[in-house]
Amino acid sequence: MKSSKFGAWAAIILGVVYFLAPLLATFEFSLRMRRGEYSFDAYRVVLASGNFRDSFLYSTVLAFVTIIVGVLVVVPTAYWVQLRLPRLRGLVEFITLLPLVVPAIVLVFGYIKLYGSSSLLPLTATSLGADALLMFGYVGLGLPYMYRSVETALRAIDVRTLTEAAESQGAGILTILFHIILPNIRSGILSGAFLTFAIVIGEFTFASLLDRPAFGPYLQLIGASRAYEPSALAIIAFALTWACMGLIQLFGSGVRVSADKR
Amino acid sequence: MTTVAAPATRVLRFPNLAAWLGVAPFFVFAIMFLIAPTASLLVGAFQDHDGAFTLSNLARLWQPSIRLSYLLSIEVSLASAFSGALIGLALAIAALRGGLPGWVRPTLMTFSGVASNFAGVPLAFAFMATLGRLGFVTIVLRSVGFDIYAAGFNLFTFTGLTLTYLYFQIPLMVLVVAPAIDGLKAEWGEAAEILGAGRLQYWRMVVLPILWPSVLGASLLLFANAFGAIATAYALTGSFLNIVPILLYAQIRGDVLHDPNLGYALALGMLLITGLSNVAYLYLRARSDRWLK
Repeated sequence: MKSSKFGAWAAIILGVVYFLAPLLATFEFSLRMRRGEYSFDAYRVVLASGNFRDSFLYSTVLAFVTIIVGVLVVVPTAYWVQLRLPRLRGLVEFITLLPLVVPAIVLVFGYIKLYGSSSLLPLTATSLGADALLMFGYVGLGLPYMYRSVETALRAIDVRTLTEAAESQGAGILTILFHIILPNIRSGILSGAFLTFAIVIGEFTFASLLDRPAFGPYLQLIGASRAYEPSALAIIAFALTWACMGLIQLFGSGVRVSADKR
Repeated sequence: MTTVAAPATRVLRFPNLAAWLGVAPFFVFAIMFLIAPTASLLVGAFQDHDGAFTLSNLARLWQPSIRLSYLLSIEVSLASAFSGALIGLALAIAALRGGLPGWVRPTLMTFSGVASNFAGVPLAFAFMATLGRLGFVTIVLRSVGFDIYAAGFNLFTFTGLTLTYLYFQIPLMVLVVAPAIDGLKAEWGEAAEILGAGRLQYWRMVVLPILWPSVLGASLLLFANAFGAIATAYALTGSFLNIVPILLYAQIRGDVLHDPNLGYALALGMLLITGLSNVAYLYLRARSDRWLK
């Protein structure tokens, strides 16, 4: 038993080294901008840059719209599948897994083919159309996580009783969905929302190929042209991811973070 | 149920209309933004310039430059999936079954949740700052007399890319395989011990047969995960390593293949590989769930 405990510690310690080394190294690198001494200059330069603020703001707004549309698409579906249409469950689950199967680069290629400027529905021809296309693409990227979080939360409450109770008080379906069901699955929605945010905020493939001024392409551009700013940005991005996961643990049921809750 | 039967009839009277209206946006979304775009590529892969049916696009995937791209992609994905699965499995077993203090497990799981989502461009930056020519680890190792670049290491190569991918592959493995390890019942270990099995025998004859579908399935998931990834590789190596996603990226940007239909075939090939890996993963997961429920 002793020896296996030793092996276990060794595995964990090696893991810690592999996973912490890049973080420490990146942090150290991000402080090197001023010659001969450590400083936060790289962060100052990044945060003061207009491109950083514009692209970050763009991606943040887009992430919020993505989350709202995602919730509007997913919650009624998961609700009705649970309550009335259980025979659709398999099909719906299959569709929600598609974004994990179809690589993002393939999906966006399909968008450009189907919604390009010479197509029937030329979404990419206008900037607003391209924004919408990117948003719908992100709803797709977040779909597996959003659906799972919401579905798990719905299973934990008694949807049928809540619905019947609300109906007996004369509530319509919209009231039921938005005033009864939604508050009761808040934790699941928040989990899905934060995960969606973490995925969307620095996404590169969609944004770059749809030519949108998002944070991901900005990151790539800085990486190709600057020395110390990329490290500062990597630290900022890591802190953001960490914050999203922390918020999931805080508010949510930790649906995907701890995969043992299936 | 009799007391609630009356209000319930209201839903029952128009059951399907309301329900179908409720799920309609989901299906419209799925068709417009998931199914139709993918399907249109699949159709395009079988068409020539004039829209007539042809298999020549698929045949032309066999030309050396594209074939080598696929080969490189498969090699990178295999290497990162195989080592990621092994290391992730070892970490998960250590944290879940190694008799370590209680805080190890939740810490590892939370960190895995973060790290498996920390991919893309920032991950490439982090590894450049770590193992690039001026990276922290490179400098530290050089100061103790070991110059990894002189020894032949280069971050912007196959090895470097694989090492970088492991940063999200290992945590993903931990997350995916943890439930399977949790499913190993303590009784099985006790039964094996009572029957006189040694530790090694228990692992070889009880754990391995139960765990292998999960481990293999998870490895396939990791493989598909690496195969479709582009942002990390692009930010790290530019178009220096010509893996399929990067070739496809270049094709979408500037039609480097000089033939959109060949591009569609390239996408079809990617989809086939990630699709088959995922189907096999789901099959193996269903198989292991039988034991672990």
